[in-house]
This record gives sequence, C-alpha cells and structure tokens, in this order.
Amino acid sequence: MGRQEQAETAPARAGSDERALYERMALIRRFEETLLELFAAGELHGTTHTCIGQEADAVGVIACLDPDRDVVVSNHRCHGHYLAFTDDVDGLLREVMGRVGGVCGGKGGSQHLFAGNFYSNGVLGSTVPLAAGMALAEREKQSDAVVTVFVGDGTLGQGVVYESLNIASLWRLPLLVVVEHNGYAQSTPSVLQLAGDVEARARAFGVATSRHDTTDVLRVRSAAREAVEHVRSTGTPYFLVLDTYRFSPHSKGDDFRDPEEIAARRLRDPLTVAAGLVGDEERDEIAEAVERRVADAVQEALAAPVATTVAAAQ
Amino acid sequence: MTMRCGQALNAALHEIFERDERVYLLGEDLLDPYGGAFKISQGLSTRWPARVLTTPVSEPSIFGVTAGLALRGYRPILEIMFGDFIALGLDQVVNGIAKFRAMFDDRVTVPLVVRTPMGARRGYGPTHSQSLEKLLVGVPGITVVTPSECHDLGAMLTEAVADDEPVFFVENKVMYGRPNRRPEEGRVGELACHEREGRYPALTFSGNGFGPAEATIVTYGGMLPVALDAATELILEHEVFTEVVALGRILPLDLEPVLESLGRTGSLVTLEEGTLTGGVGAELAARVQAEAWSDLHGPVRRVATRDGIVPSARSLEDEALPGVEDVVAAVTALERVGG
Repeated sequence: MGRQEQAETAPARAGSDERALYERMALIRRFEETLLELFAAGELHGTTHTCIGQEADAVGVIACLDPDRDVVVSNHRCHGHYLAFTDDVDGLLREVMGRVGGVCGGKGGSQHLFAGNFYSNGVLGSTVPLAAGMALAEREKQSDAVVTVFVGDGTLGQGVVYESLNIASLWRLPLLVVVEHNGYAQSTPSVLQLAGDVEARARAFGVATSRHDTTDVLRVRSAAREAVEHVRSTGTPYFLVLDTYRFSPHSKGDDFRDPEEIAARRLRDPLTVAAGLVGDEERDEIAEAVERRVADAVQEALAAPVATTVAAAQ
Repeated sequence: MTMRCGQALNAALHEIFERDERVYLLGEDLLDPYGGAFKISQGLSTRWPARVLTTPVSEPSIFGVTAGLALRGYRPILEIMFGDFIALGLDQVVNGIAKFRAMFDDRVTVPLVVRTPMGARRGYGPTHSQSLEKLLVGVPGITVVTPSECHDLGAMLTEAVADDEPVFFVENKVMYGRPNRRPEEGRVGELACHEREGRYPALTFSGNGFGPAEATIVTYGGMLPVALDAATELILEHEVFTEVVALGRILPLDLEPVLESLGRTGSLVTLEEGTLTGGVGAELAARVQAEAWSDLHGPVRRVATRDGIVPSARSLEDEALPGVEDVVAAVTALERVGG
C-alpha cells in the first residue's frame, strides 16, 4: 500500500500552517473531480456524493481537531472529511473503486467509511445520535475528546436530530454538530424544506450556536476553533452552521439548478478565496503535486485486484 | 426457592453491573423507585447512579446513542419499554447496528443488548401487545435471543452482555410474573427436559423420556407454557406423545435441536405469538424441508397469532392468540396422528 511512504511525502497535516490548508483543499477538489471523471469513463460502479465547493468546511473544521483523540462522524458526502482527517487517498480511492486496499475492503464504498476515529454512514440523521453516544463514551472515559458530526441542511428534516440535540444538551455531551448548509436537500432548495430559523432549532435546546456565511477556510477555521474550544472547555454541545455551496451535482449527473446560480457561487470558490494563502508559484507546485498524487493513486488502484471475499480468506 | 422470571432478570442485571463497569443501562423511566415499567431495572440506579441513564421518550435517538457507546468501548444495555416500540428505532438497527461490523470490514464490534418485552395477554391492546421479533429475524447482523421461563435467564442475559454481536434479548411480559422453572434432574414437572450446550441453548421436552413420539412442537419465549400444556393435554386426552423444543435463539436460527427432535418424531408444528405471515414458523418450515425432507411424514403446520391486530378486550384477544387448543388441534390434524 505504501501508506507509510506517502505520509512522508504528503503535505503536513492541516492546521500546521496556511499552506497546508490550501493544499488539503486542493487535494480534496482534485480527488472529487477525479471520481466524477472516473464515473464518466465507466471505471466506477455505484454512486458518489462529491463535496466540490464545500472543501473549506472539511479542512477548516478538521484543522481544529486532533485525529488521535477526537472523533469525526460523517455522512454520505464524506470524502472531504475523510481526507482532511486521515490523508488516506489510496484507502478511499480503492474503497470507492472496489479494489483490494480499500479502507473497508470494498464493503462500505463511498459513504460507509471507518478508519481510526473516523466513521461515516449513509442514512441522513442517523449519525447524530450515534455521535452523541460516542460523545457520552468519551465523556465517561474522560478522554477530553470532542466528537464532531457533519450534517447538511437536508438532514435538518430528520426528527432524530432534535431528539439527539435534546439529549446532548441534557446530558452535557462533548458534541459538535456542524451543519454544512449548501442550500439544497438533494434537488430540493431550502425554501421548500426548511421553516423558521436554523440556529433557533439548536437554541431551543439550550445548545450554543453560531452561523457563518463564508467559504474562506481561515474564517471557517476560526469559527470552528471557537466551537471546538467551547465543547472542550465546557463539555457541552455546539451547533455550528456554515453556509456553503456545492458546485457538483448531488451525486453524479443529477443537477437541475440554474447554471447562472452556480456560476455566481463559483466566484466564492473556496480555492479562489484561499488563493492568497500561497504564492503563484507555490500554487502551481501544489496543483502539480496534487495532480500527480491522485493520478498515481488511480493508476495503482486500477492495477490492484478487485475486492473479493475469496482474496480476503487466502 | 424459585425466583420469578422478572426477579431473576433483575438479579442478573445487578450481578452484571457489579462485575463490569463498562456496562451502562439506558431507557425510559429507569430510575428508582420506578425502576422501569416492568421493574426489571429496579435498584440499579440507586447502586450505580452514573451508569443508569434514564432517557427522554426518544427511541430513534437512544438506539443510536447506545450504538455510539458500544462502538467506543462500552457494553450498553438498552431497555425498550414495550417491544412494539422497536419500530421507532429500526433505522438504527437495520442501517447501523446490524451493519457496522460487516461494512467496516470486521474492524469494529457493536456489543450492545436491547432488552424488551413482547407479547400479549395483559389487555394492553394493538400497539402494546405485539410480538414483533419476526421483524428482527429478517435483519442479518444481529442476534435474537428468546429466553423462556424454563431457561437460565440470568446466564443468558450475562452471555448476551458478554457477546460481541448486538443482541436483542426478547422477554415476555407474562413471563415476568411466572416462576423461573429450571429443569431439576433432567425434569420440569412431569416432563423430561434436555438442555443443550451453548450461550443460548434450546430446551427439548418429552412426556415419555424421549421415547417414541408423534410430533415436534417448536416454539420459544412466552409461548413455551402453552406448548407444554398442549403436550400434557395430548398425552392425557389423546394418548399422543410429542416433544417440545424451546429455542433459546431465533437469529441466527438454531436449527440443530429441531432437526434432532424431528429425527425422532417425523412431524413438525411451529408455535409463535407473532402473527402468522412471514413469521418464525415460515422460516423454520422452509429450512426444515430443505434439511430434513426425508424425515418429514407430512407438511409442517404453523400455529401463530391470526394476521391482524391484537385486540384489547380479553375475549377478542383470546380469539386472536394461539392457545392450547390450537396446538392440540394442529397436532391431532397431522396425518400420522390420524387427523
């Protein structure tokens, strides 16, 4: 697998400096674009939900977490979170491609990932009580860990989210709920599925909350830092709403949004916003390095045997 | 002195809590003096206040919270007040608890126990009297344990908590108040009783010391006394000997004790308190005909609750539920027995 080798050549873990933030976002972007290309080329089976346009959320929030201690629970749109938390390009790519070396042996696929302190699952909302239970476990262990669960605005339609906010507040659980509010639940715009005030939903349970309309990774990081510090220092939950936008379709080709709307939002592309974090030359270097890393991973994955239970038994 | 089944479960919970500090209990109305709606959790919150979490009325969430605890190193027990309410938590069961181990490539376990009472005959009506374990039997990845009043309830619950697989421990509300009638010297009352090995053993009963018999009645949980009464009546009124198998586990289905008894009897009647269609009896019939076709003298007969609701009025409830006479009728109708 050469994961060790990669760790040496890979960018330093996000959070160590601003270049790393940019680098990590560029990696996620290229990874997701590559998946869509592979689907178009017929190399991928199944489905995927890419996070193109939302990279600042994953990178900015996870830069505030410690992967050795903290726990992340993600959803169907989990690749950015996974890569920001683990830097495991090979394991994820092979998982999505159903090849030997996939992080879950090809059984989980795109939306069901587990590695270290990272978990994802595909049914919206179901992850919030799961994360609350994990936060309870960490509280009882006195590990000082923060459990972060990423949801989207679509998930706010699930009743179990509110049951779990109630429990997290009542039991004082170290739970950070990050709402990546991209304005759409699959194809349905927020105006057709969300009433009232999103933050007020958390406030009703006595959960601290803030909302940030930004695709600036530095601003996301500073908002997340405040949220994480709140959870760690008080041991109580926090509800962080990040207004964002996804440029890519919900999954592969199912996009009926107005192209003008998407074009307007592209002006706030997190990679464009963050371009100033690195010099022009550095930016080209990063683009090349990321391109090479993902392309190599694809070549190796294509050469790897397909996942079978027979191989696992040998 | 024989304990009542409810007391046996309560005593076991106290021992389990004493032995393993990773064990937590979650559920509704658990705190003393209430101690859970059926009092099975009584005393625990007084002795271990930090490990007994009385929850809001939020089944969809507390199934998930319990799973989160289990994934992160604890051994939680979730008490669901009425078995009917598992319907509220099924997403967590079907799309999470049952799948995590397999879909995360066998690198996690979800060692939790869901304890819940099923069953009728208390007049609680259509939404508080069902036996829904057949819904769980269609969910690969969980274990469904079905203790009866003749099982070692404490040992089975202890095994369930020690089990690395998620276990549904299906209790029965009528059973709680009945004595835990353990076999003594190979007998329960007038019947010979053979207890098999294993975590969740099956019990096999015979009215003639495992001599020649005409049919095997396979059942589990709260229906065991009905099966045993039927077996006794068949001897006394019809001079027909049967064997009764009480399964300790219905998922994965424990077929071996059924096949063994069937080898002696050649006929099978299944008995369950859930509704007929798509029930445990259907699965048993399908497997038995595939495994032991040549042992069978005729079709498998199923006795179950009538498809429909469990009504509230006692008279109507009795009509819907399978009773001793239904089992006797099913056995006497078997071709070999002369029906």
